[in-house]
Amino acid sequence: MKQSKKTPIALIVLLLAASLIVPNVGGEQLEVQIATRTDLFPIPNIILPSQGFATVMLALMLAMTALSVYLTFVRNKKTPLIAVIAFSFGLIMAVLAWLFSGATMTFTTLLAGSLALAVPLIFGSLSGALSERVGIINIAIEGQLLAGAFTSALVASVTDSVLLGILAAMIAGALVASILAVFSIKYLVDQIITGVVINVLIIGLTSFLFSTLLADNISLLNQPPRFERISIPLLGQIPVIGPVLFNQTLIVYLMYLAVAGVFLALFKTRWGLRLRSVGEYPKASDTVGINVFRTRYMSVMIGGALAGLGGSFFTLGQVGAFGKEMTNGAGYIALAALIFGRWNPVYAAMAALLFGFALNLQYALQIVGSPLPSEFLLMLPYVLTVVAVAGLVGKVKGPAAAGKPYVKS
Amino acid sequence: MRLELKGITKKFGDFTANDQIDLVAESGEIHCLLGENGAGKSTLMNVLYGLYQADGGEVILDGKPTKFAGPGEAMKAGIGMVHQHFMLIPVFTVAENVILGHEPTKPLGFLDVEKARELVREISSRFGFDIDPDAVVGDLPVGVQQRVEIIKALISDAQVLIFDEPTAVLTPQETDELMEIMRQLKDEGKAIVFITHKLREVKEVADKITVIRLGKVVGQAKPSDTTEQLASMMVGREVDLSVNKDPANLGEASFQVQNLTAFSPSGNKVLDDVSFEVQRGEIFVIAGVQGNGQTELAESILGIQDKVSGSIKLEGKELLGKSVKKVLDSGVGFVPEDRTEDGLVADFTIAENLMLDRSDRPPFAKGIQLQLKNLHEFAGQKLKSFDIRARSIFSKANQLSGGNQQKVVLARELSRDLKLLIASQPTRGLDVGSIEFVHEQIVAARDSGIPVVIIATELDEATQLGDRVAVMYKGKIVGVVSPDTQREELGKLMAGISA
Repeated sequence: MKQSKKTPIALIVLLLAASLIVPNVGGEQLEVQIATRTDLFPIPNIILPSQGFATVMLALMLAMTALSVYLTFVRNKKTPLIAVIAFSFGLIMAVLAWLFSGATMTFTTLLAGSLALAVPLIFGSLSGALSERVGIINIAIEGQLLAGAFTSALVASVTDSVLLGILAAMIAGALVASILAVFSIKYLVDQIITGVVINVLIIGLTSFLFSTLLADNISLLNQPPRFERISIPLLGQIPVIGPVLFNQTLIVYLMYLAVAGVFLALFKTRWGLRLRSVGEYPKASDTVGINVFRTRYMSVMIGGALAGLGGSFFTLGQVGAFGKEMTNGAGYIALAALIFGRWNPVYAAMAALLFGFALNLQYALQIVGSPLPSEFLLMLPYVLTVVAVAGLVGKVKGPAAAGKPYVKS
Repeated sequence: MRLELKGITKKFGDFTANDQIDLVAESGEIHCLLGENGAGKSTLMNVLYGLYQADGGEVILDGKPTKFAGPGEAMKAGIGMVHQHFMLIPVFTVAENVILGHEPTKPLGFLDVEKARELVREISSRFGFDIDPDAVVGDLPVGVQQRVEIIKALISDAQVLIFDEPTAVLTPQETDELMEIMRQLKDEGKAIVFITHKLREVKEVADKITVIRLGKVVGQAKPSDTTEQLASMMVGREVDLSVNKDPANLGEASFQVQNLTAFSPSGNKVLDDVSFEVQRGEIFVIAGVQGNGQTELAESILGIQDKVSGSIKLEGKELLGKSVKKVLDSGVGFVPEDRTEDGLVADFTIAENLMLDRSDRPPFAKGIQLQLKNLHEFAGQKLKSFDIRARSIFSKANQLSGGNQQKVVLARELSRDLKLLIASQPTRGLDVGSIEFVHEQIVAARDSGIPVVIIATELDEATQLGDRVAVMYKGKIVGVVSPDTQREELGKLMAGISA
């Protein structure tokens, strides 16, 4: 079997791009601030020679590219994932050195923010995983997120309770998912079209309700309480790890549970085995007595509930109020993360973190005043999505029955 | 356990697939259900297995009338099925496939993987299977996949086992081994229902034979009955199972394939340095178990296979690299293996299907205008001369039986000026009557003095039709032999053991 040449070619292209950047790294030094106020002990800022650091990273990338080329063309073997990860690390570091050179990079804060911004993407990709693993293509993640965002803002404002807000968001997400489920399972409508239509419908519906209802009664209907930052004792005080992972809001902790839970449920339980069998070959599931339709409905709706929960991040976590089309394509990025992560919740979460990092980088750079125009920065997460999915994912197969309705004869 | 089907009737719209069928299966006995494709065997078993609901009649288990709302209930009642198209999930491991539906679990619904492995090992060792519970099913050879399917049926402690056309995908050796497994199951006291249309197999293992035709039981037969008796019962008239043909009148080798190598889209080598020559007036059969590169070979010749290298010459002219249209125009007739997918446009009429390849030229077209009068005249003739049984030339292709669909394909392909005929499994799924007709047409094409290439998966067809038989295994031609070669010898070649 011949190896796909996609990975080495993608690496070469990225390497060339990076080698254009590295000589332009200006400024004398790069100051990296790792410490935060809550640390158990102080850590001094690290000062790196920016040009030298970038060159070292370029060398790392060169080595990984050479390895990939050698393995693919000479040994006819697959490029190991670790090489791609090492390459990506080098690339990100080199770019950071270029962008932050001469300024102070608050590294820990950057990471913590990335994690938070990845939250809706991760919940969205979990929704995608549960749905696609059971054989229903889920383009409607965007709609589920948006419905969750809207409902949580409304309900949390009225009840003044964050918990009721996220509960309502989950119900809203599940309801949106149920539209997808009914149309694809019962009425056998094309799932991609259904998904797109649902997104348009939810955008229209929430925008309409926002203009007619929320805009006039902001204080009553669109001023929800926000998630509070909860620091976990001790864990939260470990340098770097603490502020990034354990000094976050409730929804982030829920996200940890959801990723682990969905992963375990999918791959280690009876429920997950049956669910995946339905997504691969529903007739085989049927012949051993598994109810294909019920399994599909259930899984798609649980996914929808998770995406709805993720949507509450926009209103209760990030902005503090609902705004028109505020999800801004996050659902599609979540879908990309799902594919990048090969339909595996843990990998998808990691991919979502990468996208979250790109999102946050854009904010951080606006503050530092980077050499890049801000319009370009806005593009960054999407460019990253395209490059990641097209260039590095390679040939992966999703669930075999995804997109195909099951018709009992 | 004793299973009795009484007066089972199943209708699909106006069509009665099963009409008052009775059948009894008892433990320690292999009961063959013999019938042609489309006779209603699989429908009957799907009713029994709860996949279909019967419109009449009842299923009686150990004297108690039962009704299965779904396969789950049938399994609980002790009925297991080895499906014709395996009900296995290619990306799951053997153990995962086997336990699906009745998974051993630990608290909270977590799978007990170790117990699943043990179950697989236990049943494997009982039958002398050597199966790794952690192997991914999609990576296993078809014969082994079938064993996984058998283990899966046994895991719920089935007492009645249904084998639905289990030998369709097996090599002769694997078939023999399967027969052995069936005998062993019988000795364990299982009741076995064996559905097939292959007479040889019936005679080999059956204790009882029930023959069905057009949805009705036509009678019981004994394994000691002759093949001819069984065949005429199955078909409903005297049949001649052999192919009538005169010795080949060979001419020059006008069709040459040299060093043909091809890769699948995923990069696997599907044809590996294939070379052969076919003479005018010769039927060259390419035999082998399905999926060993035969499809790709046919598609390479036609020009629809990507990534091919080598050379394909017809009367000295290179075909490789030419468009399908050019290849057809140079005199290649092609009967694809999947007639409903590749041979016909299902929603088109017979007449329209008959001109698919020539819709742009006289007599069917003048400029951009179709000459419908010419077409209808032509179609009318073909309807008669190919004995296509349809209401009219305006019947849609998807309303025809398989045999009549194949006649439409043949009529189209054979009414051009051919210099080469390629037919891929031309009799797959056809009734005996149509098979005779198709064979006659193929022999007639040969006798008209063109080279003929037939791709066959049934050994009998290969040896009866062919003047020479090549065997393909994993994309290679592993041997070219005369058609009177011993069955065992051919079987070995089909399993990749070169002579």
